[in-house]
Amino acid sequence: MRDLMSLSERPEIISLAGGFPDTDSFPQEVFDEVWRAVADHHKASSLQYGPTEGLLELREAICRMMAEDGAQAQPDGVLVTAGGQQAIALAIRTFIDPGDIVIAEGPTYPGAVPTLTTYQARVLHIPLDPHGMSIDLLEEQLDRLAAQGQRPKLIYTIPNFHNPGGVTMSRMRRERLVALAAERDILIVEDNPYGPVRFEGEPLPTLWELDGGAGGVIYLSTFSKILAPGMRIGWVAAPAPILRKMNLGKQAIDLCSSTMSQRFIIEYLNRCDWREHVARLNTIYRRRRDAMLAALEEYFPREATWTRPDGGLFVWATLPDYIHTGELLARAIERHQVAFVPGEAAFLDGQGQNSMRLNYSGAREEVITEGVGRIGAAIDQMIDLQRALGGGR
Amino acid sequence: MTVALRVAVLKGGRSLEREVSMRSGANVEAALRRLGHEVIPVDADPKLVRTLRSVRPDVVFVAMHGKGGEDGTVQELLEILDIPYTGSGVYACARSMDKVIAKAIFTNVGVPTPPAFAFGEDAFRELGAADALSEIEERLGLPLVVKPAKQGSALGITVAREPSDVPRALMTALSFDDHVLLERFVVGREIAVSILGTEHPEVLPAVEAVFSGDFYDFEARYTPGATELIAPAHLGLELADEVARTALACYEAVGCRGFGRVDMIIDANDRIWVLEINPIPGMTDTSLLPKAAQAAGLSFDEVVERVLGEAALGG
Repeated sequence: MRDLMSLSERPEIISLAGGFPDTDSFPQEVFDEVWRAVADHHKASSLQYGPTEGLLELREAICRMMAEDGAQAQPDGVLVTAGGQQAIALAIRTFIDPGDIVIAEGPTYPGAVPTLTTYQARVLHIPLDPHGMSIDLLEEQLDRLAAQGQRPKLIYTIPNFHNPGGVTMSRMRRERLVALAAERDILIVEDNPYGPVRFEGEPLPTLWELDGGAGGVIYLSTFSKILAPGMRIGWVAAPAPILRKMNLGKQAIDLCSSTMSQRFIIEYLNRCDWREHVARLNTIYRRRRDAMLAALEEYFPREATWTRPDGGLFVWATLPDYIHTGELLARAIERHQVAFVPGEAAFLDGQGQNSMRLNYSGAREEVITEGVGRIGAAIDQMIDLQRALGGGR
Repeated sequence: MTVALRVAVLKGGRSLEREVSMRSGANVEAALRRLGHEVIPVDADPKLVRTLRSVRPDVVFVAMHGKGGEDGTVQELLEILDIPYTGSGVYACARSMDKVIAKAIFTNVGVPTPPAFAFGEDAFRELGAADALSEIEERLGLPLVVKPAKQGSALGITVAREPSDVPRALMTALSFDDHVLLERFVVGREIAVSILGTEHPEVLPAVEAVFSGDFYDFEARYTPGATELIAPAHLGLELADEVARTALACYEAVGCRGFGRVDMIIDANDRIWVLEINPIPGMTDTSLLPKAAQAAGLSFDEVVERVLGEAALGG
């Protein structure tokens, strides 16, 4: 599967597979000015190692950003990481021994799947619905485990604009989740890369905020979606004892995150209103999302369903159960020159075989329309074939 | 080493075996550099012809697998560009890549291959071929192997054990190619025989692939440690001889050049059943030809140098 996915990077393939933010829209003059400031004032230090926890100025800026969204954190409660991916890996590495149970949404972030596999977590998926992770089903699962004398180490969740699920957890479920996890003494890992990438509706409180400093939540975020993934800068906010362990883990892996990237972000945040840039991105993404939803309506079969995200980068589509999206991908790449992420990549237990993740942030509207049309044509061929082979619609 | 050449290593492309080809290509490039040649890696893309015209290599080492690279397509382009290339020519590639044609050739020269029927996707969609599935199952027996006609690395292959498994298996195979083969499933040992050379081909020791699961699938092929390769395979003198003769007969009948690999099953009665021939065998770390060469006392570099030495046009 991963081998097939590498074909999606070929220039002749329309790829709706990646999770690429739009980096073209980053203003050239801002980019030039910020780099110049880094070069003029921080040449030596940006070429130098930095503290493992990250530059203090950046951690202060991160705390201000979080506070604007109602989430309180102190600079010494923040660890700067090499992107959100490292934050996930550090959280899992810190808590999970082989066989430990992790609760994750089903589907979960495809990038977390290899990390969870590497650390040999036993992952139990809790289904998503349009309001996020089902807390009723979570509670049932926790009860079943408790009856066997077992308890998960972590609950890994993406409450805002789920990747790949495309849904957002409701306020009521957030409150229930935080209360339930506290009651059962299970740490929540809240992954929030997309929070500000909202085009519709009102922002909801983070689990970190709802936890109110009780120590039940590890909060992860990143500059990848609000600024640029090429920076590879993310962060963790966590209670001090946890952060100390993660800091040690990070020291062992890479000593510190790129000081040059950190310095770029500090200079950028000093000079510009990041929310203006995100608002610009959101306008672009909203149009692209609309193009994707319209194309899905036009080209996907009646039996298909898909999510309608209020933000983020992805739509999750589900096809009739006889269509294996891994096989559909082979057909789509070979005969239609289009790629997507097959649903299996978002599960550790083989589910998701008739689902797919579609990205709309990384392609222009006309390309999205064409790409969805091509996937629709590949699906139609499989439906025809299924009929011809004696199956029904 | 004799003369240092300017060698373009053609790899990648858009085939579903792209990643395998990238790994084969990287190994070949490293070997060519060690041998003192000038190496120009070329990932086959829509600018391929222009790239080759500007690079002007003395010779092209074709390290591509699957569609485009192993089916005669790039070979035809290299003929037009008049650049000698490694491995088989246009027609031998086309004959090998299509398992239906290859099987017909094996049968013509008296080499046993499991009985099979082949169809295009259109036959199911437009001619009601599904209605003939019960006859096919009756004639071939179950289990059946359902495989794409033109795909390497065992991509899209499924074993159907019950009649109800067959439509699903066809859906799978037809995702990877628009032609499929329904073939009798022969239970036995999975043997690969690699051959080097053209005028006087040398048959390398047979390699047995031992794996868990129904057949030697993609995961078993390319996951380090998933398969044990035994080289030389423990066959006994007489059987080893017959295996070598059979492989050579296939190689010559198809008209391969430079190198190739014949995959076969040896059943419980020591009967040989040839499954397919590969005109551009894998050269990855877990591939069969390098393992066979090692068993013959040949280093990877020696294999690459010999294959390079056989580069030619035509054929």
